[in-house]
Amino acid sequence: MASAFDYAPAPESRSIVDIAPSYGLFVDGEFTDAADGKVFKTVSPSSEEVLAEVARAGAEDVDRAVKAARKAFETWSALPGAERAKYLFRIARIIQERSRELAVLETLDNGKPIKETRDADLPLVAAHFFYYAGWADKLDHAGFGANPRPLGVAGQVIPWNFPLLMLAWKIAPALATGNTVVLKPAETTPLSALFFADICRQAGLPNGVVNILPGYGDTGSALVAHPDVDKVAFTGSTAVGKAIARQIAGTRKKVTLELGGKGANIVFDDAPIDQAVEGIVNGIFFNQGQVCCAGSRLLVQESIQDELLDSLKRRLSTLRLGDPLDKNTDIGAINSEEQLARITTLVEAGEAEGAERWSPACELPTSGYWFAPTLFTGVTQAHTIARDEIFGPVLSVLTFRTPDEAVAKANNSQYGLSAGIWTEKGSRILAVANKLRAGVVWANTFNKFDPTSPFGGYKESGFGREGGRHGLEAYLDV
Amino acid sequence: MSDAMRLSVFKTYKLYVGGKFPRSESGRVYEVTDSKGKWLANAPLSSRKDARDAVVAARKAFGGWSGATAYNRGQILYRIAEMLEGRKDQFVREVAQAEGLSKSKAAEVVETAIDRWVWYAGWTDKIAQVVGGANPVAGPYFNLSSPEPTGVVTIVAPQESSFLGLVSVVAPVIATGNTAVVIASEKAPLPALSLGEVLATSDLPGGVVNVLSGRTAEIAAPLAAHQDVNGIDLTGADEVLAKELEVAAADNLKRVLRPQAVDFSADPGTHRLTSFLETKTVWHPTGSLGASGSAY
Repeated sequence: MASAFDYAPAPESRSIVDIAPSYGLFVDGEFTDAADGKVFKTVSPSSEEVLAEVARAGAEDVDRAVKAARKAFETWSALPGAERAKYLFRIARIIQERSRELAVLETLDNGKPIKETRDADLPLVAAHFFYYAGWADKLDHAGFGANPRPLGVAGQVIPWNFPLLMLAWKIAPALATGNTVVLKPAETTPLSALFFADICRQAGLPNGVVNILPGYGDTGSALVAHPDVDKVAFTGSTAVGKAIARQIAGTRKKVTLELGGKGANIVFDDAPIDQAVEGIVNGIFFNQGQVCCAGSRLLVQESIQDELLDSLKRRLSTLRLGDPLDKNTDIGAINSEEQLARITTLVEAGEAEGAERWSPACELPTSGYWFAPTLFTGVTQAHTIARDEIFGPVLSVLTFRTPDEAVAKANNSQYGLSAGIWTEKGSRILAVANKLRAGVVWANTFNKFDPTSPFGGYKESGFGREGGRHGLEAYLDV
Repeated sequence: MSDAMRLSVFKTYKLYVGGKFPRSESGRVYEVTDSKGKWLANAPLSSRKDARDAVVAARKAFGGWSGATAYNRGQILYRIAEMLEGRKDQFVREVAQAEGLSKSKAAEVVETAIDRWVWYAGWTDKIAQVVGGANPVAGPYFNLSSPEPTGVVTIVAPQESSFLGLVSVVAPVIATGNTAVVIASEKAPLPALSLGEVLATSDLPGGVVNVLSGRTAEIAAPLAAHQDVNGIDLTGADEVLAKELEVAAADNLKRVLRPQAVDFSADPGTHRLTSFLETKTVWHPTGSLGASGSAY
C-alpha cells in the first residue's frame, strides 16, 4: 500500500517569509536586546537549520515588560470597549492578510505540515481575534453582571505545539476585556510571536499593551512570580502547571491552566468504521500527536478489534511523512530533539512492559527530528503508555466489551481533557458523553476547534476555559 | 411535676458522615463553650482518619447525587429549608449561644439561613441554562456546553458565622451536584453538627454532606492533600493556613476558592455556585439536508 502512489514534490515556497538573522524582545512597543545580552538559537526541526538568533529574556526584562504593561493598562482599560474592539479587528484582518507568510513561518519553526498551519492554525488564529474583538464592547451583556472589570497585567506562558494559535487564545480575550499582557512563547518556537509583535505595530496598538518575551522556563517562572502580575495563564505540561499553582498560592493572582491529557477515543461495534479510522488518525497523528487533547488511547469494542485495526493499519500505511513544507505531507517533524527523546523513552517503556509495537514502512529523513506513526496493541491500563502523556505520534490500543467498561477505562486517568465517541446510536452517544469526565467530547468527529467553543479540562488537565463566552471569565474580576 | 425538678437530657454531639452519626474514630472530644466561656458540650475532635472516611463517603455519594435530576436536587434542598423551619427554636438557641447574639438577632440569622436554602433550591435547575448553552461554531456541528459538578469538595466553613456562614458555603456546593466534606467552625461547631441531624431527615442521600468538628488545621491539611478531593473552599482558613492548604491542593490541581471578606447577609450571587463547576463541551456533526439549495 505504501507505494501505491508516488507523489511529485509540491513544496510551498519559503520565499514568502523573510526571517531576520536576529530578533529582540518586544517591550513597550520596541524590539530590544535582553538586559544581560543573552540570546538563543531557534532551529527548524525538520532540517536542524538555524533560523534565527533570539534575545533571551531574564528577570530584569520581565520586570521592565511588566512595568510597561502596567503603565499601558491605565489607558488601555479606560478605552471604550468599541475602540479596543477595533484594534482587535485590525489585528484579525492583518493576520488574514499575512496568513500565508505566517503559515510558512510556523511550519519552519515548529516542524508541522504546511497543510495544517495553512488550513487549521492560521484560520483559527484570525477567527479567534475576530471573535473576541466583538466581545470588547459587549461585556456588560456577557452574564458576569454589570461593568465587569479587567484584572490588570496578564502573564501568559504558551507551548510550542500551536505557537500562534495558543498566542491568540491567550492574547485575544485578555485584550478584549481590557487587560494588558506579557507573553512568553516557547523556547523552540519564538518566531511567530515576534512576527505577531510586528502585526501589533502595524495595527497601531498602543505601546506596552502587548509585550513578548522569548525565553526558557526560567523566564516563565520569573513572569509568574512577578508581584505586579494579576493574572497567570499557562498552557503546557501538568508538572509545570502544578508548580505554578503552588507558586501563586496565597497571592491575589487569578490563574487558568490548560495542561496535559490522555484522551480516550471510544469506538463501538456499530460505528462507521471508515469514518472512525479517519477520526482516530486525526486524533493522534494531527500535529504529530503533539496535542494536549490528542486521542492517544484508542478504546475499541472487542468484537470489531480485528476489523478496525486492519483498516487503521492500512490507512497508516498511506500517511506521508517528510518535508513539512510539502503540501502533500501528512506527518511533519517532531518539534525538538528533547521531545523526540521523550517520545522514544516512553515508546521503549511500552515495549519493555510487553505491549506490541507496530509502525508502517516509513523512511525517516536523515536530518531533523522524526518519529514514525506508531501504534501499540495489547495495552493494559497499567502500562505506562496507557497512563502517561506521550505527546507524540503514538497510539495505545485497549479493548472493552460493554459501554460501562468503556466509560470506566476512559475515566481511569489523572487527566480529563478530551474524549471521542464513535457509534451510530444517538442515545449511546448522549449517555456516554454524560459519563465521561472530560472537558471536550467529540462524538463521531475529533479534534475540532472553534473560537466560540469553550476548551479546557477536568481533573489534572487544568482549570478554566478558553474560547467562547466562558473564556472571558479568566480575564475579568468576577 | 414542676420544670425545676426535671433534669434536662443533654445531647451528645456527633459527627455526620455517610448519613450516620459516628463519634470520632480517635475517641477524642474537645470542650465547646459559649461566647462567655461557659461549657456547652463536648464535640468530637476529628482525626485525619475521620477526614479520610468522610472523603470515602462523599465519593461514594457523588455518582448518585450528581446523576440526580436538578429538579430532584432542588426538591431536597427545599426540604432542608422545611426541616429547619420546624426546628428553628433549637437553632436560634444554638446560634445565640455560639455567637453571643441576642435571641432576636439569632432568629434573624437563622431565618436568613433557611431562606438561603430556598434560594439555592431554586438554582439547581437554572444554573445550567445561565452558564451553559449552544455555541455557534463555524461549521456543520452541533456544539453544546454544559456545567457539571467538580466532584468531592472540602469546605473550610467560616469560623465566625457558625450557621448562616456555614449554610452559605455548603448549599451552593451541593446544589450543583458536588458532594462535600465540611469542617465546622472550630470554636462554634454545634450548629453545624445539629445541621447534620436536619440533613439526615431531609431526603438528602447519606454522604452528600459530611460534617466534621475539631481543629481546623488538623483536619484541613489531609483533606487539602487528599488525591480524591477535587476542590477546596478556604473561606474559614486564616491567611497562613489558606496559603498552606492552597499549596497542598496544587498536588492534584484542586479547584481552590480563596478566602475573601464576605457579608453573609447580602445577596449571594452565583459566584459560589460556579466555583465548583466544570464545563463540558460536546460536538457532533449535523450533516446537511437540502444541500441542493431547495428550502423544501
